[in-house]
Amino acid sequence: MSTGHDDQGHDHGHHHHHDHDHDHLHPYDPEHHHPHRADQDDSMTYYRLMEEAVRELMIDKGLVTADDIRAEVEAMDARTPANGALVVARAWTDADFKTRLIASPKEAIAEVGHDIGPMKLIVLENTPEVHNVVVCTLCSCYPRWILGIPPDWYKSRSYRSRVVREPRAVLREFGTEIADNREVRVHDSTADMRYMVLPMRPEGTDSMSEEELAALVHRDSMIGVTEVSV
Amino acid sequence: MERDFTARGHHDMGGLPAGDIDREEHDYALWEKRVDALMMICTNRLKLMTVDQLRKGIEALPPSAYDDMTYYERWISSVTNTLLERGVFTADELGAKIEEVRARYPDGVMPEGSAGGGC
Repeated sequence: MSTGHDDQGHDHGHHHHHDHDHDHLHPYDPEHHHPHRADQDDSMTYYRLMEEAVRELMIDKGLVTADDIRAEVEAMDARTPANGALVVARAWTDADFKTRLIASPKEAIAEVGHDIGPMKLIVLENTPEVHNVVVCTLCSCYPRWILGIPPDWYKSRSYRSRVVREPRAVLREFGTEIADNREVRVHDSTADMRYMVLPMRPEGTDSMSEEELAALVHRDSMIGVTEVSV
Repeated sequence: MERDFTARGHHDMGGLPAGDIDREEHDYALWEKRVDALMMICTNRLKLMTVDQLRKGIEALPPSAYDDMTYYERWISSVTNTLLERGVFTADELGAKIEEVRARYPDGVMPEGSAGGGC
């Protein structure tokens, strides 16, 4: 795992307006953005067998209980991009909060009711001059205590390999065009230092409430592969 | 044969050429969430292992296994190895428990890489 670094994209995409047909009423439903593959809970494999065996051994030895595992799974299920979206919306509506969020994310995020646990987090603010995007080239480090478990593509060879070399081309695959005169910074995460993007507030949202704004903020915009639009 | 210590690890893929990004996603299966949960408990509460040990185990996989196994298959493989190394349970205990669990599934077990999770 390399230390975090910033790479400037070298390819220069043209500044096309891109289509956004997202339904903002259901911003956290990944099915809406990405093709989806069926669950495979019903197929037994060797490693699934191993999970069951290791879990039972740990329970037999009194190290964990079945309730511990269940509680941990439930805690994980409760960590969703909606948590991050609320943080973003608060930062958009409260300049002092945004300052605190960037200075000390853990304390600021606790203000909106979320504990990011042992995670060391850096919040990257997108501006008219700079667009940030996050990757973990060596594995899958991700701000999971605020956004949940990363999507499959975040852990894929293609994303991890390419986004540090040709970020603008990768962003284009996500339907995101960054203007030539905006710098693209790619941040390579480590287990000890994870990143969340604070996207730019879109135009035309002055009259929106914090809750309405939060509903605009998708997971992918907090990874930095998309921007927020109305 | 000499080993090339300057070669990149298989997991160290930043900047290498690769194809289009497959944006297909899947809902994590319960067993995958349980692997994740077990890892969190082992690292954060029981202090039996660290995230770095998880990664070390994953990065030690042969490239073909790294590519063929799904994400949480790599995790449970590494967690299991680490707990074995730590002496949390023995190989004999694990082997016996796996056979005990296997007997619950008379329809058999599918090969690795087929349990969802992708890359």
